[in-house]
Amino acid sequence: MSGSGGIAGIAVAGVYEHPRRSAPDKTAYQIAAESARGALEDAGLRLSDVDGYATSGVGPIGVLSMCHHLNLRPDWIDSTAIGGSSFVAQVLNAAAAIRAGLCTTVLVTYGSTAASDRFAVGTGGGSAGDPPDSFDVPYGPTIVGAYGMVAQRHMHEYGTTSAQLAEVAVTMRRHAGLNPDAKYREPITADDVLASRVISSPLHLLDCCVISDGGGALVITAEERARDLAKPVVRVLGGGMAVRHPGIGVRDITDIAARQSGKKAFERSGVRHEDVDLCMIYDSFTITVVETLENLGFCELGEGGPFVQGGRIGLGGALPVNLDGGGLSSNHPGMRGIFLVIEATRQLRGECGARQVENAEIALCHGTGGFLGIRHSGATLLLGRA
Amino acid sequence: MSTPAFPRPLPRVEGDAAPFWKAVAAHRIELPRCTACGTLIFYPRTFCTRCHSREVRWEEISGAGRVYTFSVVHRATHPWFMDKTPYVYAIVELEAGVRLPTMLVGCATEDVSVGMPVEPVFERASDDVVLLHFRPRSA
Ligand SMILES: [Zn+2]
Repeated sequence: MSGSGGIAGIAVAGVYEHPRRSAPDKTAYQIAAESARGALEDAGLRLSDVDGYATSGVGPIGVLSMCHHLNLRPDWIDSTAIGGSSFVAQVLNAAAAIRAGLCTTVLVTYGSTAASDRFAVGTGGGSAGDPPDSFDVPYGPTIVGAYGMVAQRHMHEYGTTSAQLAEVAVTMRRHAGLNPDAKYREPITADDVLASRVISSPLHLLDCCVISDGGGALVITAEERARDLAKPVVRVLGGGMAVRHPGIGVRDITDIAARQSGKKAFERSGVRHEDVDLCMIYDSFTITVVETLENLGFCELGEGGPFVQGGRIGLGGALPVNLDGGGLSSNHPGMRGIFLVIEATRQLRGECGARQVENAEIALCHGTGGFLGIRHSGATLLLGRA
Repeated sequence: MSTPAFPRPLPRVEGDAAPFWKAVAAHRIELPRCTACGTLIFYPRTFCTRCHSREVRWEEISGAGRVYTFSVVHRATHPWFMDKTPYVYAIVELEAGVRLPTMLVGCATEDVSVGMPVEPVFERASDDVVLLHFRPRSA
């Protein structure tokens, strides 16, 4: 696999995940900067090599402040803001920009002190605003409620059970036990998930991602150049992005953006489902993983519940998912997309020790941003070992 | 120590959606229908985003519907809702064919189910604004 058409020949050359899960002594910019340094060192590059920069979650013109903070004067900048999937989308944007000759070396950073700020990640609030928000906000939406509504409908249409959803949380926790940096590492059982308090039905506390501090960074460059750098080359094979919303009145909320972005990613890369060795799926909630696997086409619609059972998505299973422990157990500082790309890259390089998927050649990353049951984005990326 | 009062989040009765909220204030549900392609439009927009026509006619539609999906919220995030939990945040599908976010009232949270028939409740929320809630349909 060498990647397709417009974005062929692009590589992830450097990655870094900030090890801290609680960093009350640090600022978000500090975490982003420490991550930038880490990813550049990983690639064997310096800030002076960076001529493209992308970040998200920093407010409307925060990307300028971040350029200031990192003392960058890039030829290309991107502050895509489509929620937690932004960083996955930015790898595609960066690949296209490099191919178009707008820049050669893109740094992507993320930093957040969500846990220390006691900021309720992804939660609603504010006034009812203008449409479409004003048709929703007066009725008390919450982010857990928006995903809960999706789970409720999925259960109604397909008979999916809370025990099946719990299996996702149990599997992520098992993987977190193999990741020394994960926030929660003690094993849990499906009964623990079901016995945890309901936050917004049918989702329990342990169906929900953790809230942590954290950050990370990526370096994207041409494959030809990456070959001369420090680490094994990980190729960008293809990708896609998409949005789902209720349109002008009727949305099937089991149809999510992954169906569109995933289809594009597979078509553009030429990768087949059976070629994928591992998935990094944005696990904001257990239901997100079930619906994403279905909509990406790893199983039929409605079969996601049984699909995640029996160890299939665990290390050693047919389709291991979120080997780092995911947002459910490792980290979730508000926008998890960058960690999907970081762990996929480490897996494809074979750097993951106890949680390494043996001989991993192709990884899929899928980020979801926003409120799955209201409006959300999806970004899919296929990466391959060179 | 008393908690400060947070204002209830309410829609502004202006722009494309004003006729909707004015109708709800008069205990009616009205939506625009595109006269060119026949599409019923929720929520209201200036033009039909399906066929580009600006010719929309507002019509009254029935409030009869069914619960499409719901979630019983035990932990609110907007301050106004914090002492209202548990409440039922839901999407109702009207017989007219559109799905509306809403709040279900008038029944125990454990009695709510997908497919349950519902009818509108016009909830006066301020001097200007009435919200469109739903409750189980009386037989
Ligand atoms: Zn029309």
